[in-house]
Amino acid sequence: MSYVIEGRTGAWEIVVGLEVHAQVISNAKLFSGASAAYGGEPNTHVSLIDAGFPGMLPVLNHECVAQAVRTGLGLNATIHLESRFDRKNYFYADLPQGYQISQFAHPIVGEGKVLIDLADGGQREIGITRLHLEQDAGKSMHDQDPTRSFIDLNRAGVALMEIVSEPDIRSPEEAGAYLRKLRQILRYIGTCDGNMEEGSMRADVNVSVRKAGEAYRTRCEIKNVNSIRFVMQAIEVEAARQVEIWESGGVVDQETRLFDSARGETRSLRTKEDAHDYRYFPDPDLLPLVISRDWVEALKAALPELPEAKRLRLEAEYGVSRYESGVLTAEQAVADFYEEVAKASDPKLAVNWMLGDFFAALNRTGKSIDESPVSAAGLSELLALIKDATINGKIAKDVLEAMVETGESAAEIVERKGLRQVTDTGAIEGAIRDILAANADKVAEYKSGKEKLFGFFVGQTMKAMKGKGNPAMVNDLLARLLAE
Amino acid sequence: MAGMTLASARKALEARKISAVELVEAHIGAVDSLDGQLNAFITTSFDRARAAARAADERIAKGEAGLLEGLPLGIKDLFCTEGVRTTAASNILRDFVPPYESTVTANLLKQGAVFLGKLNLDEFAMGSTNLTSAFGGVTNPWRREGSDAKLVPGGSSGGSAAAVAAGLVLGATGTDTGGSIRQPAAYCGVAGVKPTYGRCSRFGVIAFASSLDQAGPMARTLEDCALMLEAMAGFDPKDSTSVDRPVPRYTEALERGVRGLKVGIPKEYRVDGMPPEIDALWEQGIAWLREAGAEPVEVSLPHTKYGLPTYYIAALAEASSNLARYDGVRFGARVPGASLDALYEATRREGFGEEVRRRILMGTYVLSSGYYDAYYLRAQKVRTRIQHDFLAAFEKVDVLLTPTAPSAAFAWDEKPDDPVQVYLNDVFTVPASLAGAPALSLPAGLDRQGLPLGLQLIGRYFDEETLFAAGRVMEKAAGFTHRPAIVAEGLA
Repeated sequence: MSYVIEGRTGAWEIVVGLEVHAQVISNAKLFSGASAAYGGEPNTHVSLIDAGFPGMLPVLNHECVAQAVRTGLGLNATIHLESRFDRKNYFYADLPQGYQISQFAHPIVGEGKVLIDLADGGQREIGITRLHLEQDAGKSMHDQDPTRSFIDLNRAGVALMEIVSEPDIRSPEEAGAYLRKLRQILRYIGTCDGNMEEGSMRADVNVSVRKAGEAYRTRCEIKNVNSIRFVMQAIEVEAARQVEIWESGGVVDQETRLFDSARGETRSLRTKEDAHDYRYFPDPDLLPLVISRDWVEALKAALPELPEAKRLRLEAEYGVSRYESGVLTAEQAVADFYEEVAKASDPKLAVNWMLGDFFAALNRTGKSIDESPVSAAGLSELLALIKDATINGKIAKDVLEAMVETGESAAEIVERKGLRQVTDTGAIEGAIRDILAANADKVAEYKSGKEKLFGFFVGQTMKAMKGKGNPAMVNDLLARLLAE
Repeated sequence: MAGMTLASARKALEARKISAVELVEAHIGAVDSLDGQLNAFITTSFDRARAAARAADERIAKGEAGLLEGLPLGIKDLFCTEGVRTTAASNILRDFVPPYESTVTANLLKQGAVFLGKLNLDEFAMGSTNLTSAFGGVTNPWRREGSDAKLVPGGSSGGSAAAVAAGLVLGATGTDTGGSIRQPAAYCGVAGVKPTYGRCSRFGVIAFASSLDQAGPMARTLEDCALMLEAMAGFDPKDSTSVDRPVPRYTEALERGVRGLKVGIPKEYRVDGMPPEIDALWEQGIAWLREAGAEPVEVSLPHTKYGLPTYYIAALAEASSNLARYDGVRFGARVPGASLDALYEATRREGFGEEVRRRILMGTYVLSSGYYDAYYLRAQKVRTRIQHDFLAAFEKVDVLLTPTAPSAAFAWDEKPDDPVQVYLNDVFTVPASLAGAPALSLPAGLDRQGLPLGLQLIGRYFDEETLFAAGRVMEKAAGFTHRPAIVAEGLA
């Protein structure tokens, strides 16, 4: 599974660390009462504090602190009972105060770990270095006017969690798996919606390459990549670029780069020489942040079941496979849906149907599990009809389709369409005899050894019975009558 | 109205000997006739003041008077006042009208105070002469005997000190970062109090150095200061560094006396080259307290000599960051440029005066990569030592007595060219600021040239009451009734 780049001078491995900026789900911003909601007309979610007016002071929003602690707990990380806010100083038009309030020297969350799931079914542990709280900046819009830039401060001051990984990632796939896992955990806990398109989750990607067994070489940072696919592409092209430089006898410069998804390349944004000197120092407007062990314990106790734990429990409780538990726990709502159906009908039947026809129906209609036209109770009822042999599996597929289309219940559809399974031996036998009589030549062939034709007789019988024959009984009777 | 004070005017209003309208009109008249010579006001708000005075008279008539009902005050132009221009004495905020009110001024308004306008200061409170204002320097109402030389009022609250001394207002707000209330109070012969850091909210006060800035009252007597501080102080959830503890009735502490009190005399404050008159006044102050039953004790504050460099590093580091928001993008003056950087450069070059630019540069330098440890970090460590000096001293004594400033007011044209020489004015006031301890200055006597000199009392954290009590003893003993050359007759 190890990912290597075969260069002219041999194999290179890649070393990747990710800094993910996750927007905290909260009503208000990190240091002001203004709304943190996404969207809104430009500059409508802005307080005088966010706009950096003279004499305005930040006041910490404790809900954002709780969200950071919850996330830290979800990442199995150390929670620091004392942390501090620093100022990161730089000038930009969408940074109203002229500094960003961040936690540089003393973050609220320390080391943790994330288990990622690999394509071969295995797992790997990726270390978390730290998580800290900071303010987001506003947005500069350069396309509104030929000569001027416009500023929207709606986002300015919204709380972000910066989650920094160890340089433990060794392939683009692992980077993708890490981001998916991180997003899954954040969504489970309800601390970030993980919506990369809206920018509520963004990644800075640190990439370097090295020969096996070497110490780390110089890394480059690719800023602000906004989809998992682009992160994976960026790593691939950046690693290839660096290998090419090293192999041509050059030296990779430590710099900040941008990923151009249209051209599929990374470009230098600024070199180390013109890197900002951020002049970090403790924000004198804020006291050190001190939280109590009891408070952290209370947050921990109220935490929902996390994906990995849920997975292990579903496997133990319902006997689903490792693969199935992964799919079922990808989203919390799917797992909840599954558990409801499994409890009301049959766990095995439930997983087969959910991963098969039910998901197919959702895909077809473009709906999420939360908007599903068939409720968990509705699906359970359908599965119960299969289980008590009221209908067979084939008919059930049609019933599910009708449920999606009309919103009727399974029982209603079965009754209205008369789809109840036929278990009357006489009726089945009659149907079989008609088929055998009409296909005397095939019966002869069968009896002379062409046993493959058995399936043909099953199909013809079911067709004649409009699919309603009980499959097991059809098989049994057919075998007996053919042997006569 | 001879020798009027805030307290006496309050009694006169209460007794209906005078109306708030009359009181305010008299002070407006004083501003009109004298401020041309002083330049203490940047902006006057007489229409609002008149309306407020009428409303005050109505409340007094209904028996609903607040603590400061109908009393005319001046507001240092560093406090944001809703609907009234707030400049910080800087071109960059020359036309800035805040849509909000600072907590301290809101507290004063709640108690019925009437604001005559916004008082001059050193630009962004950076200076000890009030000569760095973009609206022109302030002239100290005092003159040397036999001289017409214009003297500085001290700074940064120079407009506040001058206006109070000359009788243009009964009291004024000041802010003190390294001595900006106490030093101008001393230079202008008035009383000024810098409360404990966290006592008054900083919300709506334009920041110079956040960890040091503290608002306080300036008035002609300590009783007046106590009255004002009762209204100004208090916990404010909008300022995370404000402290949640009840505000005592400072006026009730005034007459407690000093019997049994231990008064620390820090030996490190006996600096070389201090004028003998200031030494003598200091001795006099010790004698007054001893006579009233206090026990003077020599104490040591060993890190005093590091006070000034520590202060200038800590304060300017914070200032360089606090002033980054004045960038011409969202409010205030903007000088256009071909690029964003050009806009920043032009706006800040033209918007800030020389001293502010110098301090931003120094503050930026001490935070820079490679210099941070040697300057900022070391200053933070020394600051902690200085705080410990005070804590250790206050285990032995109840209050400290020192001179407020190493000299009396000097002439405009005597301001040293070397900025460091100007910074030396803060040598006695800066340590208490670094420690966050409360301190006050009271007028205690005149020098040979007839200029006022101040003595400083420094107290335990949140023990402003002992400061007021000890200060009141000295105030009575000093009997300071001298009046400046420029003064509103009958009002001061």
